[in-house]
Amino acid sequence: MRYLPLTAADRQAMLAAIGVPSIDALFADVPKAARLDGLVDLPRAQGELEVERALAAMAGKNLVAGAVPSFIGAGVYRHHVPASVEHLIQRGEFLTSYTPYQPEISQGTLQMLFEFQTQIALLTGMEVANASMYDGATACAEAVMMANRVTQRKKAILSGGLHPHYREVTRTHARFVGFQAKLAEPDPEAREDLASQIDGATSCVVVQSPGAFGHLRDYSALAEACHKAGALLIVVVTEAVSLGAVKSPGAMGADIVAGEGQSLGNALNFGGPHLGLFATRERYVRQMPGRLVGETVDADGRRGWVLTLSTREQHIRREKATSNICTNSGLCALAASIHLALLGEAGFTRLAALNHAKAVALAERLAAVPGVSVMNDTFFNEFTLRLSKPSAGVVERLARKKILAGVPASRLYPGKPALKNLLLVAATETTTEADTSAFATALARVLS
Amino acid sequence: MTLKYTKDHEWVRVDGATAVVGISDYAQTQLGDVVYVEVPEVGRKLEQGKEAAVVESVKAASEVYAPISGEVTAVNAELAGEPGRVNADPMGEGWFFKMTVAKPKELEALMDEAQYKAYVEGLG
Repeated sequence: MRYLPLTAADRQAMLAAIGVPSIDALFADVPKAARLDGLVDLPRAQGELEVERALAAMAGKNLVAGAVPSFIGAGVYRHHVPASVEHLIQRGEFLTSYTPYQPEISQGTLQMLFEFQTQIALLTGMEVANASMYDGATACAEAVMMANRVTQRKKAILSGGLHPHYREVTRTHARFVGFQAKLAEPDPEAREDLASQIDGATSCVVVQSPGAFGHLRDYSALAEACHKAGALLIVVVTEAVSLGAVKSPGAMGADIVAGEGQSLGNALNFGGPHLGLFATRERYVRQMPGRLVGETVDADGRRGWVLTLSTREQHIRREKATSNICTNSGLCALAASIHLALLGEAGFTRLAALNHAKAVALAERLAAVPGVSVMNDTFFNEFTLRLSKPSAGVVERLARKKILAGVPASRLYPGKPALKNLLLVAATETTTEADTSAFATALARVLS
Repeated sequence: MTLKYTKDHEWVRVDGATAVVGISDYAQTQLGDVVYVEVPEVGRKLEQGKEAAVVESVKAASEVYAPISGEVTAVNAELAGEPGRVNADPMGEGWFFKMTVAKPKELEALMDEAQYKAYVEGLG
């Protein structure tokens, strides 16, 4: 079988049909500087063993989070994923991650997604959760668009404690979908007052719990202020394990919860693929984006599962659909669901408590280092340090000592000099005392 | 009392200053089993031809357009629990909402019973 079925004559005929002189002319809109001139200079073909050696040597230059003390969080968290999760998701019955186009033939996949939805609804304290979104940031943007549909308004207020990547993704949607996204200033001390900014045009207020700088706040009063003004409260959760320890967004009065589920059974995955979580109140279910699995009975009265409320979706409702998402992160959702099932409620609560305890120990240790102050009065497993030097340089120097010291705020908020000495530091159940000790010792040396 | 139809298969029955709106028997047959109806809020001002409600069946979700301009004065709350009323009695118990008649002239351009019947037959 030929893999290049087009002849030069075929190409000429197609170009002539659309009236373009050459293939290059099709790329006239790409700026010259971004165009590739000539062929890429690749080495000659190599054997499998040579390629393996070359790639291993390149990979060896990485500082791997699992191999060194790592305190990186800021939206992606390294947790222990039991081998049983890996094993189970690779079973042939599950591995095809795509939500099938003829869904009801795959009862096992639908049952798993139904259980996942139930788990997410319980964790977030909401009434209904969907079968997952692409990731936390797109879930956040979708939540805002849903609030716009529910309220028939077009102005979202985004907290300064919302992860900057989530803010950017939402702003991109705002630009092209046509709504207003009002960004509050970055809020490293979680002191902002968003309630006073709500007006009659506001569709929703978007906050994050724990916030991007690690703070925990009770948003119950804000939820009330939103509802009084006819707006919705969207609570974003980027560290799903926190839901085992803190008051749920549902209990605070959130109308929509958008989140990142990577922490549940999923590896860091180089920043993706990840797992978007989406939950809401039953009264808004018809405005919810994404796939939804429902429980039913078949003609013989046996329990079964279906994709339900599909008429909201693009393949049926076209341009009036709630969203252009026609899929979900099936395999990542499976991993999350299996991990949660293995932990059980008691195990999950203990995991959350352990994360917090490790973070408290880390904060106490680091606070004792000269030139370091902890900015948080509250946190779950991540907090913000103020250093006596710009944090980007400190992180670089610690990386040379094979310690991944966290995420400099300047990397998340470029062009904000007031934040340049801030460092986001996370601990999880994987953090050992030796890790904490190595970090504190090395940090003291770098800051002295 | 005047009964009129739109090309989008809504009916509007005008009695004095009030109009009742629903979807035609043809529309409910085409949609199949209706599972949900999203009615407008009381007090909402509707403009002729613009979206007023959504009717969802097992196979489609369709917009219901305002046959005339006016303000919504009442909605059929029974549809929330029994959306099947739209199938069983589209011209009666399956009504969607009541509204004021802001521009009586708009009614003139709509089809009467005989015209609508011919229109539906023409759709084959």
